[in-house]
Amino acid sequence: MDYIDPHIHMVSRTTDDYATLARMGCVAMSEPAFWAGFDRGSVDGFRDYFHQLTDVEPKRAAQYGIQHFTWLCINAKEAENVSLSREVIAMIPEFINCPNVLGIGEIGLNKNTKNEATVFLEHLELAIEYQQQILIHTPHLEDKYQGTRMILDMLCDDSRIDPTRVLVDHVEEHTISEVLDRGFWAGMTLYPVTKCTPQRAADMIEQVGGERLLVNSAGDWGPSKPTAVPDLIFEMRKRGHRESLIRKVVYENPITFFSQSQNFSFKPRD
Amino acid sequence: MKRASMQNADEILGGTFLEVRAKLLEVAATLDRIERAENQLDAESSKLRAKLDQAIHILLSSGGDRAERLQRLFSRDYEDQWRSDFGL
Repeated sequence: MDYIDPHIHMVSRTTDDYATLARMGCVAMSEPAFWAGFDRGSVDGFRDYFHQLTDVEPKRAAQYGIQHFTWLCINAKEAENVSLSREVIAMIPEFINCPNVLGIGEIGLNKNTKNEATVFLEHLELAIEYQQQILIHTPHLEDKYQGTRMILDMLCDDSRIDPTRVLVDHVEEHTISEVLDRGFWAGMTLYPVTKCTPQRAADMIEQVGGERLLVNSAGDWGPSKPTAVPDLIFEMRKRGHRESLIRKVVYENPITFFSQSQNFSFKPRD
Repeated sequence: MKRASMQNADEILGGTFLEVRAKLLEVAATLDRIERAENQLDAESSKLRAKLDQAIHILLSSGGDRAERLQRLFSRDYEDQWRSDFGL
């Protein structure tokens, strides 16, 4: 089955992973800007990273027939440095018209601090000014519930934000309903230990249905599995779900959500 | 609204019994390992240990929302006045 991974960090993966993903049916992916495993020291570090996201990775992906899209921001972890964050936010427009840029992301909260919230709100202003879609990172483990509620507060307090153009990622059992009930798209991340397994993701699909729901691997430099989306496909087939529901979640929903960005020039396979 | 599973209850239990059994044994062995250790848990660790007991109570309860309740147990509380606390 062709599928799209809407959240995967290919700058951290080997070329062999591109080959494996292509063999597993991955036809497109979107790569949000994230934390590199260390705090970058200057705006030029981010400028180089955005060059990698908008120029280098699309070419790497294309070698394997995979269409690569991306999102730009300074992530929540580095947002503790507010002055650097402001420099990065001011620089993002240099890249915003690159042909594979879908919007601003993954912005959000990490430890739910005042500085993170300040930088999150300034990213929202940027997205509004440039009419960009938004992809949101929610915190991990014990911080997720509080942080997700804070993020939803900030989004819902701003009438200029259209929930149907916002994807709130890394939802789990205690956050999925509120995200969907408030009209946003929700992303489930299949990531060992700190997020969600294919089995629990299938449980959530059974409970809430497949509307406005995406599933991703978030494969990155940490313990993660870039082929986690095919694992979900396998789990749903094993349980007897219809192919149409599986295809909706792993292929049609990403297309519907991303199509709200003028840069989403996805070409389906013949 | 909570929807029904695709498989019937017997199929689900039959297909997952060994996996769940293995996970429960891991929990039991971990708790045993803690008890076999020579020292007593310090105050902070005792709070974590109590959380595990609370989690086990949730597992023993009924209802189709155990996973959600476990998640809430392991979560920090949300306070709706956070914006005024931050001055935002």
